[in-house]
Amino acid sequence: MVASTSKYKYIVCDPELCIGCQLCEYICSYTKTGEFNTYRSRIRTVRVDEVLITAVACRTCENAPCVAACTRDALTQDPETGIIHIDPKKCDGCAWCIEACDFGAISINHATKLAEFCNQCEDVEDGPQCVKICPKDALEYTTPDQRSQRTRHKLVKNSLDFPSKAKDPR
Amino acid sequence: MHGYSGKILHIDLRDRTDWVEEKPEEWYKLYIGGVAMATRLCWENIEVGCDPYDPGNPVCFANGIFAGTPVPVGGKYGLASKSPLTGFIGDSLSGSWFSIAMKRAQWDGIVIHNSSEKWVHLFIDDDRVEFLPADKLLGLGTYETEEEIREIFGDDQIRSATIGPSGENMVRFGNVTNDGRQAGRTGHGAVWGSKKLKAVSIRGTQGVTVADPATLLQMSFDITESAQGKDTEKYRVYGTSTNMLNMNKLGLLPTRNYQEGVFEFAELVSGEYLDEHHKVKVIACAQCPIACEQMSMVKKGPFAGAMTGIEYECLQAVSSNCGIDDMTAAIRLVDLADRSGMDAMSMGVTISFAMECYERGVLTKEDFKSKAAPDGIDLNFGNGEGAVILAGMIRDREGIGDLLSEGTRIASQKLDEERGTETYQWAMNIKGLECPGYDARALKTFAVGLAVGTRGGCHNRSAAYDPDIKGQTNRFTVDETRGEVASRSEEYAAVYDTLPMCKFIRRCFTGKADRAGAWPAIAQLINATTGWNYDYDDVDLIGVRAHTLKKAFNIREGWTEKDDDLPYRWKHDPMTIGPSAGHVVTDEELKFLKKIYYEAKGWTQDGMIPKEILIDLGMEDIAEEIGV
Repeated sequence: MVASTSKYKYIVCDPELCIGCQLCEYICSYTKTGEFNTYRSRIRTVRVDEVLITAVACRTCENAPCVAACTRDALTQDPETGIIHIDPKKCDGCAWCIEACDFGAISINHATKLAEFCNQCEDVEDGPQCVKICPKDALEYTTPDQRSQRTRHKLVKNSLDFPSKAKDPR
Repeated sequence: MHGYSGKILHIDLRDRTDWVEEKPEEWYKLYIGGVAMATRLCWENIEVGCDPYDPGNPVCFANGIFAGTPVPVGGKYGLASKSPLTGFIGDSLSGSWFSIAMKRAQWDGIVIHNSSEKWVHLFIDDDRVEFLPADKLLGLGTYETEEEIREIFGDDQIRSATIGPSGENMVRFGNVTNDGRQAGRTGHGAVWGSKKLKAVSIRGTQGVTVADPATLLQMSFDITESAQGKDTEKYRVYGTSTNMLNMNKLGLLPTRNYQEGVFEFAELVSGEYLDEHHKVKVIACAQCPIACEQMSMVKKGPFAGAMTGIEYECLQAVSSNCGIDDMTAAIRLVDLADRSGMDAMSMGVTISFAMECYERGVLTKEDFKSKAAPDGIDLNFGNGEGAVILAGMIRDREGIGDLLSEGTRIASQKLDEERGTETYQWAMNIKGLECPGYDARALKTFAVGLAVGTRGGCHNRSAAYDPDIKGQTNRFTVDETRGEVASRSEEYAAVYDTLPMCKFIRRCFTGKADRAGAWPAIAQLINATTGWNYDYDDVDLIGVRAHTLKKAFNIREGWTEKDDDLPYRWKHDPMTIGPSAGHVVTDEELKFLKKIYYEAKGWTQDGMIPKEILIDLGMEDIAEEIGV
């Protein structure tokens, strides 16, 4: 998995746990538009060769390249949260931001011709809805520091053959 | 109207035209979706009495009521045509993205008429229909075809249902495949092949709205959560393949073409063995929080690289049923079936039929000559490599594969006519559809469920093995309760097949899978989606109506009581070992079972449907045509 270099929180998917059910896309599109339409989801599941499955949303890169790439200054990054905000009056759907994004996390709305980003459900009381609905807990709302901490724990657990807890039946 | 667009898309492959038919809300309240709506569309659009390969046999898609919403396991569609295997209704289901794309393109159903002169790829771009040439897709496997189409359009949200080489060659048990899932069993691939229809692709960009999103979401959250618990553990952890050892223990595991019910090497082809040695990952259909598909890979040996989802029915058909104890050959056989687009169950039973023909001297080594095996094959039970070569011959209709690609019924008829043999005695099919992975000689409620099945030898339409195996009925004997049990069992299954929802969710509403445990929740989901006012009885009637409709279809296509029968072997040859040894379903027992089953339905003693039953179910026009 490509690592983000950001200090900001973002939504990350564990490909070992993701089953490709797309429920994250349903809840995202409903939260953003009131309709169920995976074309309008800001998180996207990806399947390659049937078994390589994950989901991708905005990684809130520091000094986000999409913001730098925008030719019309339509994008701004919130200095506190790293969330990308878009000015619909300035955006003309030219897709330079998509070119700049290493994660494929931006899409253009076919109807409005505006770029769309994950905003971590900042306007929703209990936070990112995709994380909430994910049936396999594959999605996590996290920071790079938390991720690395977790990876270190996992590494230690996996390298020591010590049956500390019963295996999770899932 | 919420949950439906009210529109059916009609496409004519001969004239290259398309038109829209609008249906009233009352029509949807009767037929809902899935197999019932697909069968109804087939009833309305078929040329009655046509050969399944005639242009007058339509391809009928019907979407699911919950497709495109977060309702767990609701992303499924029904597909119906007259089946080339049975000559009766061929109703199938498949899951995943295709149904969702169809929903977002705002089509409740799609009916494809007539045949094309040249191979065609239909592209439905929201409300626009394009007839694209399919030349570049010909010969490609099912997964490859889908990938190629997405490559052409550059949009991975375009979803396709396709046929593989088996469908192109009109292998009678060819399947239609979408998103790695199959609309299986009844030979849709062959029907598409007869129409020169290689693929149907859909791009749907519209949003899906429902009447009461807050309730629907809350219920979906709750069901999604309970679907992570013990109620689905069997499906999530090992998948249905755990049945290999369970059925073996009961003496019901089809072994060597149903000669026995105990396989001495069952451990080597068990779900547990698969999990330990071959499982790569567990994946889900779109819109499913359970994830049951155990993606399994062969890592070493002659079949290295084969990878597909393995579940019980396909696994038993190609392993124990063929006497094969090599899991790598079993995975390759299912992989070959899936990629070439044919039904792994029917393929397995057809191969086991050929193996028995070989062991009994009806077919010889020379009969199995092919490019891959110029000297022929010693096709004894257990010959995994030989079975894989034969599967390829069936796919390509090469050599004896041409005969076997017609399925066990036609293949045995032809052999017996040409050679004066009696292979019908081990041709394991019902109405022409190959039998499933439960030996009905010692499951007597299931035996009647299978014999009367509208689709032929199918475990998915009758769930009557369940009371037999659980001990709610005595599986070795018959009594007057079985007609009712079998009847209620198939109507129960028909509710799920019509919504359609995957039956693996059945315990997740309240922890209980029976009608009382599930129907109230399903009624609530229907109401939250559509704004209707359905209750328990309405949900129950969905199944009754769906099943009655399929039977009505068969009656109009010439069904008689004689068609409700079991394979010769199950009536005459008892198994010799294991806990189910010594049993058969005698002609007298079968006659009795059919009688009490027709009585339980309220049908005539010849199995015909009285007019008033059809009228009570709201199907007056059908009562006019076939009611007595």
